[in-house]
Amino acid sequence: MKLFEYEAKQIFSQNGLPIPKGIVAKTPDEAEEAARAIGGPVVVKSQVLVGGRGKSGGIKFADTPEEAKKVAEQLLKMKIKGLPVEAVLVEQKLDVADEIYAGITVDRARRKYVAITSAEGGVNIEEVAATAPEKIIKREIPPEWGLLPYISREMAKAIGLKGKQINALSNFLSTLWKIADNYDAELIEINPLIITKDNKFYAADARLLIDDNSLFRHKSFEERLEKGTTELNERELEALEHDMSYVELDGDVGIIGNGAGLVMATLDAVSMYGGKPANFLDVGGGAEADRMEIAIRIVLSNPKTKVLFINILGGITKCDEMAKGIIAARDRVGIKKPMVIRLVGTNEEEGQKILKDAGIEVLTTLDDAAMKAVELAKAGE
Amino acid sequence: MTILIDKNTKVVVQGITGHQGSYHTEAMKAYGTKIVAGVTPGKGGQEVHGIPVVDTIREAKEEYGATASIIFVPAPFTMDATFEAIEAELSPIVVITEHVPVKDEIKMIHAAKQKGLIVIGPNTPGVISPEESKMGIMPGHIFKKGKVGVISRSGTLTYEIASGLTNAGLGQSTAVGIGGDPVTGTNFIDILEMFKQDKETKAVVLIGEIGGNAEEQAAEYIKKEFDKPVVAFIAGKTAPPGKRMGHAGAIISGTAGTAKSKIEALEKAGVRVAAKPRDIAEIMREIL
Repeated sequence: MKLFEYEAKQIFSQNGLPIPKGIVAKTPDEAEEAARAIGGPVVVKSQVLVGGRGKSGGIKFADTPEEAKKVAEQLLKMKIKGLPVEAVLVEQKLDVADEIYAGITVDRARRKYVAITSAEGGVNIEEVAATAPEKIIKREIPPEWGLLPYISREMAKAIGLKGKQINALSNFLSTLWKIADNYDAELIEINPLIITKDNKFYAADARLLIDDNSLFRHKSFEERLEKGTTELNERELEALEHDMSYVELDGDVGIIGNGAGLVMATLDAVSMYGGKPANFLDVGGGAEADRMEIAIRIVLSNPKTKVLFINILGGITKCDEMAKGIIAARDRVGIKKPMVIRLVGTNEEEGQKILKDAGIEVLTTLDDAAMKAVELAKAGE
Repeated sequence: MTILIDKNTKVVVQGITGHQGSYHTEAMKAYGTKIVAGVTPGKGGQEVHGIPVVDTIREAKEEYGATASIIFVPAPFTMDATFEAIEAELSPIVVITEHVPVKDEIKMIHAAKQKGLIVIGPNTPGVISPEESKMGIMPGHIFKKGKVGVISRSGTLTYEIASGLTNAGLGQSTAVGIGGDPVTGTNFIDILEMFKQDKETKAVVLIGEIGGNAEEQAAEYIKKEFDKPVVAFIAGKTAPPGKRMGHAGAIISGTAGTAKSKIEALEKAGVRVAAKPRDIAEIMREIL
């Protein structure tokens, strides 16, 4: 789960990390007022849950409150990578001497958290890692003890910091680790971490991604996710509510399957035969009829879906249950779009019979079914 | 021979009285898995499908001789259950539970490693050595004793490919689901090392997917140290970046973790990468 910059900064600030003076504004008038309260030149930053907003024109500078109002008006009308800007953060403009990077994330290969710093701040850290890996300093965080300060002091030395700066970065990293540990962060990052001309350190930006699997420990975030004040659309929210994985894509073949790997392979097969998937939906293992019905309702509510393609390989999932769900959806939701079904595995005879008796054709291989789905989608164009 | 488990593995089921735990205990027992006890704190003294239930792992080990554990407890309690199994030095510890926080996974995997114990998963369908023992939730009937080792990050896709191998008359020595999370107790290389030592395993199927670079690392290892034929399939060729495709670990971050990068790395290492799941058995039959 992603947090907005202003939310992450609030958490940073509560934990003692210096952040620039800032106020959230939802209207141009509020932005003007905020700029006046802060005093002096400000930065107006759109609050969206996607990266790369700077490059998309989502960050603007203003010297006066009137100017802040004007740029806020522009920003609040914008969409960044499809997401509307609903708020801006008006912030004190800092006197920048240097921009560095500090963050903590999970290193999958090492199976540990790692702390990362770089003298190259304010740019995409992945690009730095790809083009100049020597400029990235990365250290494992020992699972037993956490990020000990000597580790982060060595990291500070390695990126060329001197004197008190070494302790300053070490303190920042220690606090980031404390927050990461308390909030179950998958990623916590300050980019840029600004060093001002009077040698003070500020978290000028803030990214905090919370591990969705840990939300049982963070009830307030769990509630927020369910209320939908996040980046999810209504279909994604409904899927989430029923604990199904749903990802919307931009094609026209609606896909439902059981098991993440199988559904991905189904998407790949559709693409290989020249079609375009409208979505990824995994009903999960051991699903019963009602879950299939819900899954069908979600996929069909996407207006782009032209064909419904269901691929079930029964393991702990039983084919007869899935067939019952399909019939229930047809009777209650109404399936007007063409449907392709592959249904094999546990209880396949019963399942196939239920569908055949209802006049629904059943295929038995992924390839045949994928080809058929693509053909139907093309015929519907 | 098999790897990880065989007909002598004495299994304790943690979370045996829950819906999943009880259902799969019955299925595993029917398959022939030697289940010696189940654990549910506070329910010691009961029985589930004829298996005695105890309160602690210590009892399961000392009184019933458990050597390995399979865990079905809900995610908030999984770290505790796993540490209990680690303390008793059970191995392998197969963690079926999905949605375990990554912070917990890092701690328990590290602790197991310090003691030289094997954790499979979390978020795995488990391990099966056909016709000997099944510690997992996979349907046993699609597997058959044979000579192909299977390593996979997914469940149903493994069943799809395994049933192809069974129908082709090749069967499997052991099939291991390493799990769909970003951080797992064992990775491809750990299992490849085991298959390398196993005389009955004549070839290996590696089933990967987008996210991370475990497949790329496996490719490096195969090139340098693995002398048996490997056939691979990678799911998620059409997945968009930044989206989790069902598994917590199936996500392309920036430009890292794409199917293309994995397929290229594997092909460079001499691995044949199948375009479709059903091609795997055919390629395997050609090789063997």
